[in-house]
Amino acid sequence: MTKKGKFGEYGGQYIPETLMNAVADLEKAYDYYGKDLGFTKELDTLLREYAGRPSGLYFAKRMTEDLRGAKIYLKREDLNHTGSHKINNVLGQALLAKKMGKTRLIAETGAGQHGVAVATAAALMGLKCRIFMGTEDTRRQALNVYKMELLGAEVVPVESGTGTLKDAVSEAMREWTGSVSDTHYCLGSVMGPHPFPTMVRDFQSVISKEIREQILEKEGKLPDAVIACIGGGSNAIGSFFGFIGDPEVRLIGCEAAGRGINSPETAATISTGSKGIFHGMKSYFCQDEYGQIAPVYSISAGLDYPGVGPEHAWLHDISRAEYVPVTDEEAVNAFEYMSRIEGIIPAIESAHAVAYAMSAAPGMRKDEIIVITLSGRGDKDCAAIARYRGHEVAE
Amino acid sequence: MSRIGDAFSDGKAFIAFITCGDPDLETTAKTVRAMTGSGADMIELGIPFSDPVAEGKVIQSANARALSGGVTVDRIFGMVRELRRDVRIPLVFMTYANVVFSYGPDRFASECRVAGIDGLILPDVPYEEKEEFAPICRRYGVDLISMVAPTSEDRISAIASDAEGFVYIVSSMGVTGVRNKITSDVGRMAALVRKNTDIPCAVGFGISTPEQAAEMAELSDGAIVGSAIVRIIAEHGKDSPEYAGEYVREMKKAVSGGLPR
Repeated sequence: MTKKGKFGEYGGQYIPETLMNAVADLEKAYDYYGKDLGFTKELDTLLREYAGRPSGLYFAKRMTEDLRGAKIYLKREDLNHTGSHKINNVLGQALLAKKMGKTRLIAETGAGQHGVAVATAAALMGLKCRIFMGTEDTRRQALNVYKMELLGAEVVPVESGTGTLKDAVSEAMREWTGSVSDTHYCLGSVMGPHPFPTMVRDFQSVISKEIREQILEKEGKLPDAVIACIGGGSNAIGSFFGFIGDPEVRLIGCEAAGRGINSPETAATISTGSKGIFHGMKSYFCQDEYGQIAPVYSISAGLDYPGVGPEHAWLHDISRAEYVPVTDEEAVNAFEYMSRIEGIIPAIESAHAVAYAMSAAPGMRKDEIIVITLSGRGDKDCAAIARYRGHEVAE
Repeated sequence: MSRIGDAFSDGKAFIAFITCGDPDLETTAKTVRAMTGSGADMIELGIPFSDPVAEGKVIQSANARALSGGVTVDRIFGMVRELRRDVRIPLVFMTYANVVFSYGPDRFASECRVAGIDGLILPDVPYEEKEEFAPICRRYGVDLISMVAPTSEDRISAIASDAEGFVYIVSSMGVTGVRNKITSDVGRMAALVRKNTDIPCAVGFGISTPEQAAEMAELSDGAIVGSAIVRIIAEHGKDSPEYAGEYVREMKKAVSGGLPR
């Protein structure tokens, strides 16, 4: 058997034998349907008519004027149905699951964005749905728990470990080992065992495909930098992928530094982690000297994960993409700034990318172009950010 | 070639699993000795991992208890060296890829040889990824144990042909943990394994009662029990050696054909 799904030394299929046939079947199905005209047509129609694609590339005029540097464009994934980029991948996987004859979807969720997207797709396609979510996150994102239940999904709070995204992934994997015959595990990021990192990246690469067309139409040239937030890395790889072959386009992933990369309360994997093997893949992880996975922290439930997708680890090693840490405080400032200056409330995850752009833009020339991917909308975060600022808001 | 074959040389084998450091390493060592004295043919020593994805609740909790007690790989190697002063049965480690990877596979395997560890089970390293660890283990005479599962089907021949030590037959889908009933066709899996290798095979996952152990050992060369023993330790803490020993005696009797028909 050959080495599959490797990005340099990263990636692979480090999973229990019980799951190997399931991922092999998935790989076969994806290889077939990914090239099938009927499938791609069906997916394109769903993306257009159900999810609302293409998402706009919006020139942030007031922000650009205020920062007095590079021209800033926002890729509006926040305007997709369900409020984030997650729907791009989920519609692809749910359609694939349906073709494979699966009757049930399971998934992990951190902020609840992926969970809501999966619950939505399950409702759309008449599939049963169970979402695993850390108990800490069910508290931080109570509204999304309600939404998933409203959409007909069962939400299972995960108490093990730190009660956050990594524990939800572990629990979804455990559930899958007992239910592979009728269940598809709809992984939400470019992580896990092959073929997930490749398949999810392909479904998300619609973001960079559109950015490219839109910016060429508006500016007649490629952007100088594409900036996206990164936890597992799905909106980042989706934003980067179409530009990997254009070395003049800087690709910048903004990691969640939490209370700072010199504190233990951080989730900045590439800045503070080391190579390891976990959740089905070889990549960078936050861990101790004995390989025990670290209990990471970020204000953003969606970036609160101790690993990063294997393709990002590779893009980092070959210096094709840059990964920078952004703290809670910087992200919250950006959340408030974007709301006031453009009338757009970004997801706290996306606010990490906005924060880095705010620091980078003033040092750039006025004819240079930054594209920030606004991966999601911030409605879900309002109560938590108010709390961070010392106000109690009833949800 | 390790001494794993010895475990199967005297009839059906009873293989016991224990999480190292739960509740502390001193109790683990005493329990290993008690189980050895009660007839265990081989012991799987679990090195705790923060996020054990193949484990059910019972062993997950044991991992968490052990880690919060401060156990480390180095301290576990120390315990094994001490055990080897008098424990002669085969001992294998059960842990996750990252524990070995972060320690350095070469250094880990070399320490295994020095301490007297005969084999290594990595449930998150399937056949496709084993080349990363197998040649290094081989160099130090440590058998990297292969697993087959109810879904393995046509993968079984490849896995079994390359297997070393013994083949671990996963009895059921899902994670580790006590089950009322084992519904997979274990006999068919064992037959497929035997068609492709001469090394022994043993069945684990879900076994807790003497009747289940006897049935699974009948279909293969031995039975592996984890969660049921870990549950005894969770209940009795430092007093576990006596209770675990008693349990193992009963189970060994069952796999040896000592159950009333």
